[in-house]
Amino acid sequence: MKYVLMFVDTPQFAADLAAMDEPERNRAYARVQQWFADHHDTITHHAYLMPSDTATTLRLDRGEPLVCDGPFVEGKEIISGYAEIEVADLDEALRIARSWPACPVVEIRPIAG
Amino acid sequence: MSKPTHAELARVVRDHAGQLAASLVHLVGDFSAAEDLVQDAIEAALTHWPVEGIPERPAAWMYTVARRRGLDQIRRDQRHRRKLALVAWPVEPPPDDRLRLIFTCCHPALPRAAQVALTLRVVCGLSTAQIARAFLVPESTVGQRITRAKRKISDAAIPYRIPSEDDLGSRLIEVLAVIYLLFNEGYLSTGGDRAQSRDLADDAEFLAALLHQLMPTEPEVAGLLALIRLHRARASARFDRDHEIVQLQHQDRALWDHRSIAAAGRLVAQAAARKRPGPYQLQAAIVACHAEAGRWEETDWTQIAVLYDMLLRLAPSPVTRLHRAIALRYVSGPSIALTEVDALAGELNDYHLFHATRAELLRDLGDTTQARTADERALALATNPAERSLLRHRLNWA
Repeated sequence: MKYVLMFVDTPQFAADLAAMDEPERNRAYARVQQWFADHHDTITHHAYLMPSDTATTLRLDRGEPLVCDGPFVEGKEIISGYAEIEVADLDEALRIARSWPACPVVEIRPIAG
Repeated sequence: MSKPTHAELARVVRDHAGQLAASLVHLVGDFSAAEDLVQDAIEAALTHWPVEGIPERPAAWMYTVARRRGLDQIRRDQRHRRKLALVAWPVEPPPDDRLRLIFTCCHPALPRAAQVALTLRVVCGLSTAQIARAFLVPESTVGQRITRAKRKISDAAIPYRIPSEDDLGSRLIEVLAVIYLLFNEGYLSTGGDRAQSRDLADDAEFLAALLHQLMPTEPEVAGLLALIRLHRARASARFDRDHEIVQLQHQDRALWDHRSIAAAGRLVAQAAARKRPGPYQLQAAIVACHAEAGRWEETDWTQIAVLYDMLLRLAPSPVTRLHRAIALRYVSGPSIALTEVDALAGELNDYHLFHATRAELLRDLGDTTQARTADERALALATNPAERSLLRHRLNWA
């Protein structure tokens, strides 16, 4: 069973990260790298996304395709990356997500088919 | 054959529905398909048994129906063909299969309302209509919740198994919360007259007893079972002939089921001996203090206050602090208790029992004017008809 873990940043998390000094931030990144290393056998691929102010949204349901600046949902909680994992069931996916050492929200979605 | 009563039918269905569901999931390998077969079998039972009587071996009877329906499905539905073709009937389920069933129904990835509905339907064999009546919601709402939950179990691969050692503690808390919610819904929301409605407190006790049988070394399971039994053992004294609430201090203790109280007390003691205290064990111990007092005047309030202190450390909540303050009234006097209660004003201002408790303490202290104001506030906030009636009486007397 394949799932995508969507990592969600909150304003608090972004502020905490910004407030860190260099060595602290390096340690935070190292924890994330360690997490990917620990789960490399279940992670099929993953990506870290550029900040949401780089997003462009295209609407195709309003006549002419409409290009807009920004993410499709205006919200404070923003998807900052994802990892696709392959595990037996939701409990295993939850166990992996629970050990995620960075941003405070993770959405777990099964991949269809 | 004598005509079975409504209660007998419900009991027999409940005793066997979970087992049947567990074996069918085991055999068919698909929670949703198995659950459909069980519902078909229950529906058939509830059509035939009132007329023909309850068969000698009800489990085998339901197996046979489920099997026939299963075979029908094989003919109709290509998807189930391979799975059901492997099924050999009848089969004894492995002993702990109902435990898996419970943990799947109460998976934290499902919303609480769906956990409750699924558990009642799959483990207790209630129909969607019965669940809807019990919770006073439209049948279509319950139906949608169940359909959506079953789809999520299948699409998101919610596993059908007992959680691993690491997860067991938190997952058990989830199951206990579902059972406790059912109990409260059944026990607190009913007035004296409930001839037509399903007694959810009875289903809650059934589930707690089943869980205790399947997990005999879990002290919190024993605690919840004892808590439910201690309340139910005193149920017949809770309402008078006019369906009015009788407060604990005015209850006729001769009406209590003292054998059941003693047995539940032993259950609490056995659980405590495992030295893993928890909120349900402590609540049960508090209720046991009340239930074991021969008269209201003999209540061991000091012990009750100590137990509330322990409960507050494990599970802090303003409502628990309110209850602790009520115990303090008898240990340290109404003035100290009132100070404690007033400290909760910010958090409990919309809770009727906060104002009802304040009213009693103010009356103890001779402040009848403020007591009346507090009672009026409590009455405005109370929704349960029996509680409203009690408060109204108090206002008439005051």
